[in-house]
Amino acid sequence: MLKNISLKSVLISGAVALTIAGQASAYEPARSGECIAPANPGGGWDFTCRSVGKVLVDQGYFKGNVQTVNMTGAGGGVAFAHTISKRDKDDNLIVAASTATTTRLAQGQFPGMNADQVKWVGTLGADYGIIAVGKDSKYTSLTQVIDALKKDPSSVKFAGGSASGGWDHLKVLMTAQKANVENLPKVRYLAFSGGSEALVQVVGGHVDAFTGDISEVKGFMDSGDLRVLAVLSEERLPAPFDSIPTAMEQGIDSVAPNWRGFYVPGNASSESYDWWVKTIDELYTTQEWKDIMTKNGLMPFHKSGAEFTQFVKNQTLDIKVLSQDIGLIK
Amino acid sequence: MDTMSLLMQGFAVALTPESIMFAVIGAILGTLIGALPGLGPANGVAILIPLAFSLGLSPTSSLILLTSVYAGAMYGGRISSILLNIPGDEPAMMTCLDGYPMAVKGKAAEALAISAIASFIGSFIATIGLVILAPILAKFALRFGPSEYFALFALAFATLGGITGKNQFKTLMAAAIGLMIATVGIDISTGVQRFTFNTLELFEGVDFIIAIVGLFAISELLFFLERHAGDGLKQVAINKLKLSAKDIIKVLPASLRGAVLGFVAGVLPGAGASLGSFISYTLEKRVSDKGEFGKGDPRGVAAPEAGNNGAASGALVPMLTLGVPGSGTTAVLLAMLISLNISPGPMLFQQNADLVWGVIAAMFVGNLVLLLLNIPMVGIFVKLLSIPPKYLMPIVTLIASVGIYSVSHSALDLYFMVGFGVAGYIFRKVDIPLVPIILGMLLGPEMEKSLRHALVLSDGDWSVLFNSGLSIGLWTVAILGLVLPIIVGPIVRAKMKKSKESVKDV
Repeated sequence: MLKNISLKSVLISGAVALTIAGQASAYEPARSGECIAPANPGGGWDFTCRSVGKVLVDQGYFKGNVQTVNMTGAGGGVAFAHTISKRDKDDNLIVAASTATTTRLAQGQFPGMNADQVKWVGTLGADYGIIAVGKDSKYTSLTQVIDALKKDPSSVKFAGGSASGGWDHLKVLMTAQKANVENLPKVRYLAFSGGSEALVQVVGGHVDAFTGDISEVKGFMDSGDLRVLAVLSEERLPAPFDSIPTAMEQGIDSVAPNWRGFYVPGNASSESYDWWVKTIDELYTTQEWKDIMTKNGLMPFHKSGAEFTQFVKNQTLDIKVLSQDIGLIK
Repeated sequence: MDTMSLLMQGFAVALTPESIMFAVIGAILGTLIGALPGLGPANGVAILIPLAFSLGLSPTSSLILLTSVYAGAMYGGRISSILLNIPGDEPAMMTCLDGYPMAVKGKAAEALAISAIASFIGSFIATIGLVILAPILAKFALRFGPSEYFALFALAFATLGGITGKNQFKTLMAAAIGLMIATVGIDISTGVQRFTFNTLELFEGVDFIIAIVGLFAISELLFFLERHAGDGLKQVAINKLKLSAKDIIKVLPASLRGAVLGFVAGVLPGAGASLGSFISYTLEKRVSDKGEFGKGDPRGVAAPEAGNNGAASGALVPMLTLGVPGSGTTAVLLAMLISLNISPGPMLFQQNADLVWGVIAAMFVGNLVLLLLNIPMVGIFVKLLSIPPKYLMPIVTLIASVGIYSVSHSALDLYFMVGFGVAGYIFRKVDIPLVPIILGMLLGPEMEKSLRHALVLSDGDWSVLFNSGLSIGLWTVAILGLVLPIIVGPIVRAKMKKSKESVKDV
């Protein structure tokens, strides 16, 4: 088995080297690249930029450096505005994005901006949504939670790390909607400034249920303080999360990956866009990236180029419709 | 035992060359800042936050640097108290009482050495207290629901003025300014924008780091400009140190008592280091046999120094475990943590165990470094005191600007920084304290959120705020904290003033 993998990675890196040589005539990246992380150091976007930047350099895509620039503000809006207004033709720039970016675009929280103004390159993994309760909770399955919501939508209170209307909130609403819960605006959601704050409240028994991502709950899962009722993925996640049932197994067709990926400026040359798509595809298969994913709890999720662009389009539309349905936006 | 192994892991982090380097740099810079009259620990940490950003330090290194600066500033505050009778910062005021008379008698070196040892004991004991108390409190913190947090924030605001605070009205006004600034940005409970005027840069509100650097560091620059900042302080000669083991043993009980009292005062929100040093001094005066307090008694130097350093470490307990700062400086450290995407509170001890225990271990290391720095090398610090601020202040401003810009790459943030600097200058001119502004900005949104959460959970029933023993207890302390200063405050201040005046007569 091991031998197989290493042989594969050797072949791939060989192929990588060839493609770089083959690509040289079409588009040659500059000596150094830049990755904008639209938040402070330490967050998800910052992690995406820094780890991808490192792999890009380690694998020889850039001779110099890929510098991470933190550009905080408006949940990514400042970086988005900066990219479309000042860097529109920059071929050597990538900007970290995630479901939070599409959520805000869909809800019009970047005034006057929309998803078509940039080019979507690809994703490098995802953090899947989960719904969990404290160990002393009366709920032992997602179905029970949904049944309670069907009787009274305000009977189960959820805590999450995003603002009201943000991704953690939407996950609950999407799941409830798929399960035909009525009167969605009545579902109670408590917004905290981070997943960990919300978790403490659920583990402490103050709030009924937690909505967040799988990477946030490992500590409390291991200690036995938290019972994860469902993971919002198509299939069960790899170990150590393989004991958690998916929502689909429980008859609720809800999938919520919080993907991690990139966009480039809207008027970057098509050669450079192709180069980035190809590079992200290749990077995703390297052993180095796989190790980073394992270490940081990222799950497999890869889309790129046209497929990713379509995915972003669909996701923004879905979120927009849902947000209108529940009265978050007009 | 679990705590011990975590602490050992902490030492593994703290004893890496990188961590030791930052602890040493922080200790030196902190002592220097503490020694300069007017620049207290809150300013010191505020000035150096941008340095951590511009160097792109990891969260652990940043915190090690800044906690060492904090501890260093508490050590440094005593230097000018003893040599010049000007307290380097407010908590060092009590050290003037016996420290300066000692210096007048030609025992400056002894006073400095004794106070350094007392500071060491104060910090050391309080750090042990932190090691024991913090994990317990972190577990206990799970019992804090939204209504308990709301009561806790109310308590923090009620005790804001502290017992030594001068004007409760101005304190309240400052807190209100902070709360007003905090309302800018997207309200996370509803997703609605408030006072953002569709300006993207305002969506996430006003960054408190910018406010802190502006209010403290830039306003300091303006003050230096105003004073025609030409000259440094005049050189003071120090005698040769003659300190026997007997002298040290003599001040040991005073230091130990001071350390414990200081720690307790530090843990209580709002009380802080000034109160720590004050109580330690007064108690020592009562407890000790006759002695020559006010005329250069070494115990009168040891007790308040142990007290204020103990309080400095004690104040970290509520900051780390509950996310509620017990003093101005810890508020600044809290802002730093938040902008590094680390949320303080019970989860910190689970999720960032390396960081927390690394920093705690670094406090032991830093403390040892400080002791070594402060006894043999105190002469160097005294020389540094005479560096003309005209060289110092431009460096501070440069570091501040580079640091702020490197966080967000936005020129608007620099304008904000300057704006806050000018505002800070005006506030200080009219005696509006700056720390409540920062606390208002930091705690206001949290308090609002807790209230809303409590009401959502109770389906709009306000009695939820008082329905647990814990929250009733917190409300009681909050009311006491609001009322006591009005009654006790004038008495305490009169006493402090009286003892200060009696020194001048010497």
